[in-house]
Amino acid sequence: MVDVAVVGVGQTAFGELWEKSLRNLGVEAFTAALKDAGVDRAAVQALYVGNMAAGYMSSQEHLASLFADHCGLMPKPVVRCEAACASGSLALRQAWLSIKSGAYDIVAVLGAEKMTDVTASTAVAGLMAAGDAEWEGAIGLTFAGLYALMARAHMHAFGTTREQMALVSVNNHKNAMKNPYAQFHSAITVEDVLNAAPIAEPLGLLDCSPLSDGAACVILASDKVAKRFAKPVWVLGSGQGSASLGIAARASLTEMPSTHAAVADVWKQTGLHNKDVGILEVHDCFSINEIIALEDLGFCPKGAGGKFVENGGITISGEIPTNTAGGLKGIGHPVGASGVRQIIDVARQLRGDAVNQLNDVKRGLCLNVGGVGGTAIVHALGVERK
Amino acid sequence: MIGIAGWGCHIPRFRIRTSEIARVWRKNGSDIANSLGVHEKAVADADEDAITLAVEAGKSALARAGCDPQSVGALFVGSESHPYAVKPSGTVVAEALGLSRKLFLADHEFACKAGTAALQNAYALAKAGEIQYGMAIGSDTAQGRPGDALEYTAASGAAAFVVGPNPIAAVEGMFSYTTDTSDFWRREGAHYPSHGHRFTGEPAYFAHVDAAARGLMEKLGLKAADVDLVVFHMPNAKFPIRAYKQFGFGKEKWEAGLVVVNVGNTYSGSSLLGLCGLLDVAKPGQRIMLVSYGSGAGSDAFSFMVTDKIEEVRARAPFVRDLVAKKEYVDYGTYVRLRNKLRR
Repeated sequence: MVDVAVVGVGQTAFGELWEKSLRNLGVEAFTAALKDAGVDRAAVQALYVGNMAAGYMSSQEHLASLFADHCGLMPKPVVRCEAACASGSLALRQAWLSIKSGAYDIVAVLGAEKMTDVTASTAVAGLMAAGDAEWEGAIGLTFAGLYALMARAHMHAFGTTREQMALVSVNNHKNAMKNPYAQFHSAITVEDVLNAAPIAEPLGLLDCSPLSDGAACVILASDKVAKRFAKPVWVLGSGQGSASLGIAARASLTEMPSTHAAVADVWKQTGLHNKDVGILEVHDCFSINEIIALEDLGFCPKGAGGKFVENGGITISGEIPTNTAGGLKGIGHPVGASGVRQIIDVARQLRGDAVNQLNDVKRGLCLNVGGVGGTAIVHALGVERK
Repeated sequence: MIGIAGWGCHIPRFRIRTSEIARVWRKNGSDIANSLGVHEKAVADADEDAITLAVEAGKSALARAGCDPQSVGALFVGSESHPYAVKPSGTVVAEALGLSRKLFLADHEFACKAGTAALQNAYALAKAGEIQYGMAIGSDTAQGRPGDALEYTAASGAAAFVVGPNPIAAVEGMFSYTTDTSDFWRREGAHYPSHGHRFTGEPAYFAHVDAAARGLMEKLGLKAADVDLVVFHMPNAKFPIRAYKQFGFGKEKWEAGLVVVNVGNTYSGSSLLGLCGLLDVAKPGQRIMLVSYGSGAGSDAFSFMVTDKIEEVRARAPFVRDLVAKKEYVDYGTYVRLRNKLRR
C-alpha cells in the first residue's frame, strides 16, 4: 500500500482581506506551499480544491479551471470538492486517495474561501446552505441557531455551562496571539465572552468563529518520492463519516454520529488510539462544537467535555493540547480553507516549526466538520511513517 | 494672503436620542451610543432642507466676514441631499443671501466631502484673483434607512465659509487623496443609501484620512506636534478618535471639534462643523488641520494658520456650542414624520 506524506505547507493570512480576491488567495497559498516544499509546480500532477461557496459569495463556480490557469497547472486535472466547512479536508482526503490509488505521486490540496465581499447578513444566509435549506433554513434557522440548539441540549443533558464554553474561546484566542496568520491577536476573558452581544442564545459573539477570507495549501507526495523532501509528515489515516443534513432527524443533539464513524475508521486504519495523539485540531466553529468534538473523538466521556475544558485539558500544557495555533475562533474561518489549515498547523507541530511549539509531539489528529456534522472528516498525522 | 474670512453654521433645533432609535428597533441603546460615541443627532424640521440649512449657515459666515454680499463672486454648495436632482441648490442659496449675480456657481456632491471640495474651489478662485470673495457651504439632511446602523448617526446640519483676503485663518496648504472605493453609495432614484458594513472602516475611512493627513503634513513639512487643533471627518466619534490617536493628537487638540457626539454625522457639513467648533475657540497663531472624508472615496486635507483678526469677528454669529445647546427632543414617530420616512 502506498503511504502519503505532507511535504509542503503554505497559507495566506486569515482575516478581512479587502484587497485580495479568491483567485489571489488561492495562488498565494499554492505558491507558498510550493516554496515550502521546495518543488516546482511542474512536478504537481493534480490539484484538489476545497471551497464551499464561491458561487454564492463571489459569483464564481468552475474553480477547477480558475485554479488550473492561475496556479500554472494547465492542462493538468483540477477537482473542486465541497462539503460545506469540511470542504478543505474533503479535498485533502480525495487527494490522499488519489495517491493511494497509484494514480499520482505529487498532488496539491488547496482550501480557499472569500467571504467578506458580501454583507454579513448575506454571508450568514449563504452559510445556512450548509444545513438543510428546505427543512430547517426555510423556517429561519441560521448556523448559530443550529449550534445554539445543540448547546442548549448539551447544557440540559450534562449541565455544561456558558463559562465552560467561554473557556474554549478564551483558549483559542490565547493560542492565536503569536500566530502571524491569525485574524485576531487579542486576549479575551471569560467575562468578555459572557458579556458579548448575543448571537443566538446561549451563544454570544465571542462563542462564534468570524467570517474570514483566506487560503491554505499542502503538497502531498507518495512514499516513493517523499524521501526527496526535507520535512515529510505522514498522513497515517483518513476517515470520513456522514449524518443527516439537518438536526431534526438526529437521535441526539449532543453528538455527531459522523464524527464517531470518521474517527473509528482512522483508529481501524492506523491501529492508534487517543493516547497515541499529542496534538489535536478540532472544528470550533462555535464554542460548543469543541466540547462536542472532544467527546465524540473520545478524549473524554460523553457529557464530560465541559469539565474537561474547565480542568484545562485543552490548554498548551493540558491533557491534549487543542487548536494550539488558535483554532477557527482565533485564526479565522474561511470555511473551505479551515480543513487544510488544520492539517498545516498539526504538520508544523510535528515538524517543529509551530507557534506554541509542543515538546516531543509525534502524532496529531484533525477533525473538520461540515455543517452541523452532516460530514465529519478525521485525519491522523505522524512524524513516523507508521 | 487668502483664507477663511468668516465662518458660520446651522444645526436644526430638533434632536433624537440614540436610545430612542434603539428602543424602536429593539436594540441596546446604551451599547450602541457608547460604541459609536454618538448620543443624539440633529433632526431637521419638515420644512427644512439642505438649502435652508445652507442659507442659515451662510448668513452667519457673511456676518463674521463682514463683507458686502455683492462682493462674493463664487458659491459652491456641497451636499448629498440636494433637494433637486436637477436644478442647483446654490442658485436658491445665492439669491437668499443676496450674493452678486456675477457669480461662479456649482453644486458639489462627493458623499461627506462635498463641502471641503467646495472650499477648495472657492479658495482656488480667490487665490487666482478671479474673485474677491467666495463662499463654500457643506449642508446635508442625511438619509439613514430605518433600522440600518447609519440611522443612529445620519443627521442634519450645515457649515459655511467665506474665503478671501484678510482672513481669520489663512490657508497654509491643501492636499487631496482619491481612489475608487465603493464603501457607501446611493443610486439614482434610491431614497436611502447602501453601504459595505465593515468595509467602510479600514480600507475606506481610515485609509483615505490617513493618506490625506500624511500627504498634507509631508507637503508642508509638518509633524503632529506642529498642529495645534485638528478635526477629521466624523461619521461617528469612534473613527476620528482612533485616527487622532494613531497620529498622536491629544484630546485638547480635537475636543472642541468633536461635535458628532451631540449632533450626529452631518455628512457634507460634518468635518466643517467640527472646523467651526475649532474656530470658535482658536487663538491667533494656532495651526488647524482639517481632513474630510467622502465615500467613494476621497479625503481633502487643509492646514490653516489662525490670524489676529479672529478675535474681532468671533462674536458676530452664534457659536457651535450655542446651537448644540438649543434643542428640543422628538420621539421616533415625530422623527419619521419630519424626515418623511413613512413613504406614502
